Amino acid sequence: MSAPTVKPDKRMSPAEIVAQLSDGMTIGIGGWGPRRKPMALVREILRSDLKDLTVVAYGGADVGMLCAAGKVRKLVFAFVSLDAIPLEPWFRKAREAGQIDVLELDEGMFQWGLKAAAFDLPFLPTRVGLGTDLAELGGLKHVQSPYDDGEVLVAMPALKLDAALLHVNRSDWRGNVQGFGPDVFYDEWFAKAAAKTYVSCEELVPAMEDAYPGDAQANFVERCFVGGVVEIPCGAHPSMMSPAYGWDMKALKAYTDAARDPGEWSQVADRFVGASEADYLASVGGKEAVTALPLPVF
Amino acid sequence: MSDNLTLNPSLAELCIAACSEAFRANGEVVATGVGPVPRLAASLAKLTHTPELMMTDGEAYLVEQPVPLGPRGDYRPRFAGHLPFGRFFDSAVWSGRRHAMVTPTQIDRFGQINLSQLGGTHQKPKTQMLGVRGFPGNTIYHPNSFFFPNHSPRVFVPGEVDMVSGVGYNPAKRIAGGNFNAVDLRLIVTNLCVMDFGGKDHAIRVISLHPGVTFEQVQEATGFELEAGDLRETALPSGEMLAIIARLDPHNIRASVIKDNPPARQSEGGSAA
Repeated sequence: MSAPTVKPDKRMSPAEIVAQLSDGMTIGIGGWGPRRKPMALVREILRSDLKDLTVVAYGGADVGMLCAAGKVRKLVFAFVSLDAIPLEPWFRKAREAGQIDVLELDEGMFQWGLKAAAFDLPFLPTRVGLGTDLAELGGLKHVQSPYDDGEVLVAMPALKLDAALLHVNRSDWRGNVQGFGPDVFYDEWFAKAAAKTYVSCEELVPAMEDAYPGDAQANFVERCFVGGVVEIPCGAHPSMMSPAYGWDMKALKAYTDAARDPGEWSQVADRFVGASEADYLASVGGKEAVTALPLPVF
Repeated sequence: MSDNLTLNPSLAELCIAACSEAFRANGEVVATGVGPVPRLAASLAKLTHTPELMMTDGEAYLVEQPVPLGPRGDYRPRFAGHLPFGRFFDSAVWSGRRHAMVTPTQIDRFGQINLSQLGGTHQKPKTQMLGVRGFPGNTIYHPNSFFFPNHSPRVFVPGEVDMVSGVGYNPAKRIAGGNFNAVDLRLIVTNLCVMDFGGKDHAIRVISLHPGVTFEQVQEATGFELEAGDLRETALPSGEMLAIIARLDPHNIRASVIKDNPPARQSEGGSAA
């Protein structure tokens, strides 16, 4: 049997993906808190020399680790949380040390900024932010409706991303992705806001129409917005990847405790990043242990 | 029912019943209670006086039977609808079809709330908390109420909150031409009392005191001057309400919300008249 002809073929290695990124870039990271985070790609960044990044994320341990490792120059965020562990300890340390610049946004403004970028608009108007400290602290400007109402609104600037990183349930070689679980959050808009989007997935197939033609409604963003794909089973660990596995609260607890003792990322990075993804996965019990993690009860 | 006199509800249960009043007659809106007491309150409201309320399973599905708290054995929530975060701002928040009850870290006399940071500067806060989350959007677009398990001047702060994460009624923050019509702060329930924003220029006003609590005690625990409404005693939950609460919280998570889990009637077992 001859090898299938699949074009475009967007397969890349994690190292090739990270090699596409450069110092000073603005990078969006999909998912939400401790859910659906492309942690394997984040770990690949942590193994690289990349620095001075502007990170745009509904933050969880992805943001905490990048802050702890000194990769972040500026963070665009609405929260950083591990959910069951409300306060992200490494993010907290970085903030309380005055180590990073920030643009703090409301969760809804944040996705509005991604949408402005997706549509190549300079901004989108919103009432959100009025009456709070956000506009002043973030240098956000106001805009007046040119129509009879004359309403004054916040002009939410486009959050243009040089690159976005996502973790999805399935993809094919062309970048036809599928997302399952109750919620894929704003992954679609991270992809559309970015000049280039790189996707890791639990399962990679040559052609989605051959492998899973019945699940096309799970294709939450079209393949023209996907620039590179790589199969990394368990690539969201320690975050949750519904319906495949829950978050690893034991691992997140250990990561949280390490912020207090020893409190130095350089002393624990090996544990939470690993020399390679294979090493990392083995250190947390392998695919068997991760896929056995129960989904949390809310 | 005279039964109520023989019941011995906890203060947390009294707070759940008081919080549920915030959702009364709200109509078809998503009732979001963040934390055990607000969540049980929204659930209680739906199962008693306001069945038209909408709510989620705590994640992304809409349910018509409120989901119990904590591990639930064989119980499986039945999904009636889908409200993922990807649609949450379109469908619930920015359309005004929601009423949220939350517990910020600080609140001031204008009803401005803070969940983001304490002390220091924005570049270098003394204590970094969660971030503003959805508070700015929630407070400009839909009704909000609050529950505080520990009424103190550290929560009800003098002056203004350290970082204004949610819109209040502070005239200095009302920029000309802005539309603040939907700002609608409703109820504040604490371990001491129930308050609303019905005072002069939306000032915070005590409307009922929990059994055994005086207005002076509440004022003492508050960093700014309070108005006193037509002060009544906060109603005790009925036996029916307590049964619903117990069913929705089978692991008694509510017992961990207020320090030492006191009874609603402080003199319980003592010399209560």
